[in-house]
Amino acid sequence: MNGKKWAFEDFEEGGVLELGSKSVTAEEIIEFASQFDAQPMHLDEEAGKASILGGLSASGWHTCCMFMRMMCDGFLLDSTSQGSPGIAYARWKKPVLAGDTLTGRSTVTAKRESASRQNLGFVTVRHELSNQRGEVVLELENTGMFIKREAAA
Amino acid sequence: MSLDAFFGLGETITLGSHTFEPDEIKAFARKYDPQPFHVDEEAAKRSVFGRLCASGWHTASMWMRYNLKKREDTAARPWNGPGPRPEFGPSPGFTDLKWLKPVYAGDTITFTRTAISHRTMASRPGWRILTIRCEAHNQDGAPVLTFDSAVLVKTG
Repeated sequence: MNGKKWAFEDFEEGGVLELGSKSVTAEEIIEFASQFDAQPMHLDEEAGKASILGGLSASGWHTCCMFMRMMCDGFLLDSTSQGSPGIAYARWKKPVLAGDTLTGRSTVTAKRESASRQNLGFVTVRHELSNQRGEVVLELENTGMFIKREAAA
Repeated sequence: MSLDAFFGLGETITLGSHTFEPDEIKAFARKYDPQPFHVDEEAAKRSVFGRLCASGWHTASMWMRYNLKKREDTAARPWNGPGPRPEFGPSPGFTDLKWLKPVYAGDTITFTRTAISHRTMASRPGWRILTIRCEAHNQDGAPVLTFDSAVLVKTG
C-alpha cells in the first residue's frame, strides 16, 4: 500500500483522470465472445455486418472488461483501491467494432468517508470510453473504496 | 399468446452453476482486472477480501455465458402470435449492478434471471425493451451479484 499515487484524499470532485487509448482487434473480440457471449455478431464479420451492429462487434461485457483494464492501467493499480461494491449504470451507446481505437476518461463526481470504517472512503466516478470518431461507446458510473493515505502509510 | 407469456414474466429461471477455480480467476484478472487480490493469493490475504476472489466483471461475464446457453431454450418457445415471432436484439446496458459478496476461489455460483417488464421504445418503432433481473448466489445461498439488464426485442 505504501507509495501508491492515488489514495482516498487524492481524488477531488470534478477531477479528471485520463485512461489512455487502446485499439480493439478482431482476435480479442472473438476470444472474449467465445468464452462469455457467443452470439454470431461477436464471432463473425459477416454475421456482424448482417446485424443491427453493422460489423464484428465486441460483447458489451467485453467493452466493460476493456474499460476495467484501461482504468487499472490508468490509475487503479497505482491506488489504494479495495474494490467496488457495484456499478450504478452502464450504457452501451454505440457498437465497438474490430479496428476501433478506444480512449477512456474518468471524472470524479462525489466522495465521502466511510461511516463504518475509519480507514477508507468511497469515491464515485463517471467513466466514458470514446471511439476514434469521438463518439461515446460506453458510459458508466461506479463507486470505489479507497484506503486513506494516513491509514496506508 | 401474449408477450408476457412468451417472456415468462415473473418466472425465475435457473441458468446454471459454475465453480470458479483459482487458475481461471487469475487468468481472467491478468487480462482485464489485474488488481492484486484477483491475481495473487498472498496479496489477497492482505486485502479487505482476505482471500483470492474473482473480478466482479468475471462473475458478470459468467452470468452472460450461462444466460446465453439458456436463452436458446427460450427462443425455442412456441409462438402463435399475434404478429411475427419476437426476436432478441442487442442490449443497451444495465443498471444497479451490485457485487454483494466476494466470489472466492472454489465457490460454486448459481445464476438466475427473471423477466420483470417490457415496454415500447419511442425511438425505435417495432421494438420493445425487456428488463431482466439478473442474480447470482453462492453455495451457501448468499447473493453475490445482482443487476437489472435490458434487451431489445423486435416485435413488429
